[in-house]
Amino acid sequence: MRVEQTNDNTRELSWLAHLLVGTVFGVIVTKAEVISWFRIQEMFRFQSFHMYGVIGSAVAVGALSLIIIKRSGMRSMRGQEISIPAKDFGTGFRVAVGGTMFGLGWGLAGACPGPIFALIGNGVTVMAVVLASALLGTWAYGNLRERIPH
Amino acid sequence: MIESLSQPWPWYVAGPLTGLMIPLLLLIDNRPFGISTSYQHICAALVPGRSSYFAYDWKKTGKWNLGLALGTLLGGFVAGSLLTNPDPIAISEATRTDLAALGLTDFSGLVPAEVFAWSGFSSLTGLVMMIGGGFLIGFGARYAGGCTSGHAIFGLSDLQFPSLIAVLGFFAGGLISTHFLLPLIF
Repeated sequence: MRVEQTNDNTRELSWLAHLLVGTVFGVIVTKAEVISWFRIQEMFRFQSFHMYGVIGSAVAVGALSLIIIKRSGMRSMRGQEISIPAKDFGTGFRVAVGGTMFGLGWGLAGACPGPIFALIGNGVTVMAVVLASALLGTWAYGNLRERIPH
Repeated sequence: MIESLSQPWPWYVAGPLTGLMIPLLLLIDNRPFGISTSYQHICAALVPGRSSYFAYDWKKTGKWNLGLALGTLLGGFVAGSLLTNPDPIAISEATRTDLAALGLTDFSGLVPAEVFAWSGFSSLTGLVMMIGGGFLIGFGARYAGGCTSGHAIFGLSDLQFPSLIAVLGFFAGGLISTHFLLPLIF
């Protein structure tokens, strides 16, 4: 009984910790303006370095962090061994076609999943409808998944 | 302090901070950075239906990710209300010219108010961009197994080949929308 309770408490704490990390992320994407439809247009028109700089330097720092974490054998605060899940490639179809579909949506709506949440927080309330439509898309994928090639 | 934080953050500040999300999430609770999984969890919680894709204990699997997503919304609120930047987004003159040629005149907000407004649903442009765009984002992200955060930032940081193909797809799609679809619907 006691063990279960501790697990529950850790789960509560973990939820709150992630709420906090998300809040920081929401501030970053807002202040970097990557949630702006205008910035996304600028990127897809190759008219500014801004978006490339944000994504590129994020990947550089992320890659360096992963090298350090893997080499040092660091563990998480809860003592877990760090595991990095491998993305599924399938036949390549799912990433190529799914990726292109996602890109079509990104180019139209000018926001990807994180920024959609951040925009709602910024008071662009109509993005709640974009979110609802994205959830509908997710639901459609979940129901068609077994009938489409991956 | 607040004043300088309220200015737009340059890429060399915002990018590295975004990259730090990766070690932060791994070191807190061994979680992979990614936002679009939250869509799956929300569906599993609200409308699971009969699909095995939504038949799991979303509270157990997804609570952390839903916290991250809700936090992102809160962060948007915090930045939008406490660190407000009153100036329009300083996009390049070339982009402004291109978008003006499409017929956009209002560059004051984060998004073009002429399309992304409740009245926007009465036009084909608004419907395609908001409803069509949203649907493709949700369907595509889960089909590809990740979005900008999961594939472009986390996957590329780990030099994963599937993520490279996905990101090339993101870009191909974005270019088609920008250079082919937008001129059609405006």
